[in-house]
Amino acid sequence: MKIGVVTFPGSLDDADARRAAAVAGAEAVALWHGDADLRGVDAVVLPGGFSYGDYLRAGAISRFAPVMDTIIKKAGEGLPVLGICNGFQVLCESHLLPGALIKNHHRKFICKDQPLRIENNRTAWTSDYDANHEITIVLKNQDGSYVADDATLDRLEGEGRVVARYLDENPNGSYRDIAGITNERGNVVGLMPHPEHAVETLTGPTTDGLGFFTSVLKAVVAS
Amino acid sequence: MARVVVDVMLKSEILDPQGKAVHGAFGRLGFDGVADVRQGKRFEITLDGAATEERVAEIRKAADTLLANPVIEDYTLHVETDDNEGGR
Repeated sequence: MKIGVVTFPGSLDDADARRAAAVAGAEAVALWHGDADLRGVDAVVLPGGFSYGDYLRAGAISRFAPVMDTIIKKAGEGLPVLGICNGFQVLCESHLLPGALIKNHHRKFICKDQPLRIENNRTAWTSDYDANHEITIVLKNQDGSYVADDATLDRLEGEGRVVARYLDENPNGSYRDIAGITNERGNVVGLMPHPEHAVETLTGPTTDGLGFFTSVLKAVVAS
Repeated sequence: MARVVVDVMLKSEILDPQGKAVHGAFGRLGFDGVADVRQGKRFEITLDGAATEERVAEIRKAADTLLANPVIEDYTLHVETDDNEGGR
């Protein structure tokens, strides 16, 4: 079972994502943004960071990387894809997920331990969580505010596609406290907080993030 | 050489934190009577030759796919001529 992690110019959390995949028991494979080949991986993580400096818009330039052409095609065929933070922005810019992510309403970079509720445990990346499981993982972002028009938000809520919602204070002005969403099929998930930083107690507030990586192992085995 | 200018603005219903920050500074600097400030982006695209209809259409496509995100942003596009007489 191989989990590929894409490195874009300006990715910061690619090594952590590979480590999290390994901690979960997968073989982590480094993928390069300029190479369209996915090297036979069973799932893909688009990591956090500031790809292309987030110039233009967060994730906008990465969306046109050669590796994304392949990922967009394979995601349509059911390949599990998790976009974390900058990766979530790339997924929205790629139209694999609806909506967009804009600057935090308070205009500051934020870094904190963030409580969340997992509201959809039927995706490829969340099946190891209980329904309405409350977890705490790291949140760190500058463009973390999820926005979409009301019709899109109503559709996401109605179809149960809000994967995770912020608990306590909304940290960035995200519409309807949304922290993560999924596509209709449940194989593509975008998440603003960072599960890959919460897989070992030495370096994270909890190990609550590990479930994302163990879930996808089971999803791949089951498929 | 011709220049195509693309102005991108966040849609009015989308919160503009950068505009809000500038608006706040207006108040601190004593510029009163300002109801709102919104910040956009201006792209100046210089072409190798003339701005033919076909090439402007290509830039429009670039504006739709890359320069602006239609989910949250609107854009306007116009061609600037060499003598800067304008013209849309």
